[in-house]
Amino acid sequence: MTLSNLPLLSMLIWTPILGGIWVLIAGDRQEETVKYFSLAVSIITFVFSIMLYCQFDISYSGMQFVEETEWISAFNIKYHLGVDGIALPLILLTTFTTILVILASWEVIEKRISYYMCAFLILTGLMNAVFIALDVILFYVFWEAMLIPMFLIIGIWGGPNRVYATIKFFLYTFLGSVFMLVAFLYLYSVAGSFNIEALHDVPLSLSAQKLIFIAFFLAFAVKIPMWPVHTWLPDAHVEAPTGGSVVLAAIMLKMGGYGFLRFSLPITPDASLFFSDAMIVLSLIAIVYIGFVALVQEDMKKLIAYSSISHMGFVTLGFFIPFAIVAATGSDSGAIMGMEGAMMQMISHGFISAAMFLCVGVMYDRLHSRMIKDYGGVVNSMPYFAAFMMLFVLANSGLPGTSGFVGEFLVILSSFKASFWIAFTAALTLILGAAYSLWMYKRVIFGDVTKEDVAELKDINSREGFILFMLAIVVIMFGVWPAPIFDVMHVTVEELIKHVLQSKIL
Amino acid sequence: MNADLILAIPEITLFALACLVLIVDAFNKDPLHSLTYWVTQATLLITLVLVLNNFPTDVAYAFNNGFISDAMSATLKAFMCGITFFVFLYSYEYLKEQRSLKGEYFVLGLFAVLGMMIMASAASLLSVYLGLELLSLSLYAMVAMQRDSESASEAAMKYFILGALASGMLLYGISMIYGLTGHLQLASIAEAASSDSINRSYLVFGMIFMIIGIAFKLGAAPFHMWVPDVYQGAPTSVTLFISTAPKLAAFAMAMRVLVDGLFPLISDWQSILMILAVLSMGLGNIIAIAQTNIKRMLAYSTIAHVGFLFLGLIAGTGTGFSGSMFYIISYALMSMGAFGMIILLSRNSFEAEMLDDFKGLSDRSPWFAFIMLCLMFSMAGVPPFLGFWSKWFVLKELVASGFVTLAAVAVVFSIIGAYYYLRIVKLMYFDKADSMTAIKASKQMRMVLSVNGLLILLLGLAPNALMALCLSALAG
Repeated sequence: MTLSNLPLLSMLIWTPILGGIWVLIAGDRQEETVKYFSLAVSIITFVFSIMLYCQFDISYSGMQFVEETEWISAFNIKYHLGVDGIALPLILLTTFTTILVILASWEVIEKRISYYMCAFLILTGLMNAVFIALDVILFYVFWEAMLIPMFLIIGIWGGPNRVYATIKFFLYTFLGSVFMLVAFLYLYSVAGSFNIEALHDVPLSLSAQKLIFIAFFLAFAVKIPMWPVHTWLPDAHVEAPTGGSVVLAAIMLKMGGYGFLRFSLPITPDASLFFSDAMIVLSLIAIVYIGFVALVQEDMKKLIAYSSISHMGFVTLGFFIPFAIVAATGSDSGAIMGMEGAMMQMISHGFISAAMFLCVGVMYDRLHSRMIKDYGGVVNSMPYFAAFMMLFVLANSGLPGTSGFVGEFLVILSSFKASFWIAFTAALTLILGAAYSLWMYKRVIFGDVTKEDVAELKDINSREGFILFMLAIVVIMFGVWPAPIFDVMHVTVEELIKHVLQSKIL
Repeated sequence: MNADLILAIPEITLFALACLVLIVDAFNKDPLHSLTYWVTQATLLITLVLVLNNFPTDVAYAFNNGFISDAMSATLKAFMCGITFFVFLYSYEYLKEQRSLKGEYFVLGLFAVLGMMIMASAASLLSVYLGLELLSLSLYAMVAMQRDSESASEAAMKYFILGALASGMLLYGISMIYGLTGHLQLASIAEAASSDSINRSYLVFGMIFMIIGIAFKLGAAPFHMWVPDVYQGAPTSVTLFISTAPKLAAFAMAMRVLVDGLFPLISDWQSILMILAVLSMGLGNIIAIAQTNIKRMLAYSTIAHVGFLFLGLIAGTGTGFSGSMFYIISYALMSMGAFGMIILLSRNSFEAEMLDDFKGLSDRSPWFAFIMLCLMFSMAGVPPFLGFWSKWFVLKELVASGFVTLAAVAVVFSIIGAYYYLRIVKLMYFDKADSMTAIKASKQMRMVLSVNGLLILLLGLAPNALMALCLSALAG
């Protein structure tokens, strides 16, 4: 077996999962071994994803690295994997984030470190698998199985109200997903196949498409999350340990977006057209209303959670704006920009929200408070940290030169083609985002030091510095040079838009 | 040898060996009854081997068409013997620990298995009834076996009276059907029912009473009243038994009566089962949330699972019935593990039957907390565990038959159900233990439970074999 025909996709799934199982068996007795081993596994997984990136053919829109074997032959369910331009950036995001999460919990997690590492490693494998699976049942198995480690992560290492938060998280996402399962089963009864690519081509009546769209919507809108099914997110984010928040915000939310791209749009294009106005309105509500909600939060994690929902509004806006553009102008020019902007927004938000949660984590580890009022004047005792956080806060508010700008800008630009008012409303986020991010920053970092414990804060150590430095590089790099991501996804997105704008009614 | 007898070799052997166990136990003075126990287990294994050895390749009838031997009966019989074997492994440890070991437990258990096997092979209403009563009478006695226990006596009384009532209903239905068609053989009934010479509404009238009997035995709402009391009151070893193999027999009975006998009335029984299914899933899942006793909670969870089981029957196709069979077999495996866990945590004269007894289990024993985690997520229907596939299978067949709305209702109830399974996980992993007493279970017990839990996980990762087995059992 040469380097070029390794089963990379399977390795991306099973390396972290098997590593996680080993960690669990090793147990808490060898704490240091467990940590270094987990880090090694996560780095190896990241290397695999880089190998995947290097061998990826950016001129081909279909699935690459396809692996296909029988799994449940009684029902023709296959172990069928493959990546395209949509999945690849998300896989890179997942594997990169895992390294940071493991580093971030190095000294912080005191109880059951092996469980913690095991849960995160298995979670990584499952998340990779969700982006890779090409059989809907395989996809569903990974999609649901992912809930188990996350449920435990929030429940075991979470804050005081963790039980409520984790059960709410589980039931909410479970509720959305089971309807998706019914939709998959219905599609099977029509198409006779569980293959995602085959489902893309199956003709469906509009009424069936609408019901399927709603079922998918329940699954993906809860996950991403869209207003008004977002309420699990602030609870889960606040109570989760830092690592859990990072994974939730950086990757799990992206699965909702991925679901829209992979399932809702191509399988039910006519229903997507039918519901596109409603989706755009919901996205705008999320962007503006949730932006205001974020403004009044007193808990930093809650504020970032709401800002995530608001940013995800851009993602759904970008996904559904092509329909509005076609309706308004009759051509699809600019549509691809909106969708690519949305993809870029997903990737960029992955890095920025991870960075923001890690920043809060750094402060929380020192003072054990997430309340804005417990801080003030942190810059005096933690100048390096304040500098890093400044960058991330600006990126969060969409400053040009950071990756946060690229996605938002493209989506707004493309919205202009559809309607001035959609673009105008969406652009309000530039004000709101800056307001809640900078105002929080001002209250936490600047001002006089009024609390004794704030004055005694120690600045970040080299481990924390390294994590934030890595993220800072990525955020700036994709801000000034986003081409690597656009190149990868361009052909796939182009193909997707063509497919989506074609009716598949019988 | 007589051809009739050859088909019934496993049953005959089981009967003879059960009598042998009775005699062995009568002359055995050993307080641990180990000889009785081992002969019992050997009996089950021998029967299992005979069932597999004589696996029918074709449908054959015996005893004046009162006994049928086909792939479904043989498959179910094999699982009945196998599952009962595991049940006795658990029970023996439990009874030894509780110092209430009696040889009769095993004898009655074997007779119950015989009853189940007769039900699985019933080709006439008479043999359905015969098998059912043999099973039920053995179970009544097993529930009542702890004479000193008030709750057990109460449970047995309730079980007996309600069970007798249900048997009466069933008999009344049988008499109606017999009066209308003039047949007891299920195949002849099916023939008569599909002709136009009999008034359909009378047939449906008789069928309803038979369905009541079946619903009672399975524990479907609104005929579920006995389930929580019996599950809670009976000794855990008996609850463990009741909730596993007899469910397979009740499923066989439903298949024999509704599919073999009354298939021409499918549109009528589909709608009746639909009501039973929705009521069972709703009532079972919602009331289970309010329970503090885990045996009682699992009883309500059984009711909910029975509702799901009906969904496959409602689908009305061969694959749908396979789905139900897959469901009931997986349910038996999960239920066995869950009650096995209660047995594991129980010590002499202490029953770990409250939910709070599971508090902080992950600190006390990470491995068994993990096993219980697998069982609970499996029951909730979360992949990659076996329970997901059983739900998936029946839902798939339901959707394929066009009952999409019913499938949507079912998944809503399964979300409600997820809550109380999650609560157990919460107690084990998120709460602190009240006491850190180590688990004092024998090696054997630990082994069996570990195998049981891992089976749920492994079958969830590779469900193909079991699915193919259920599909081939009901291919006809």
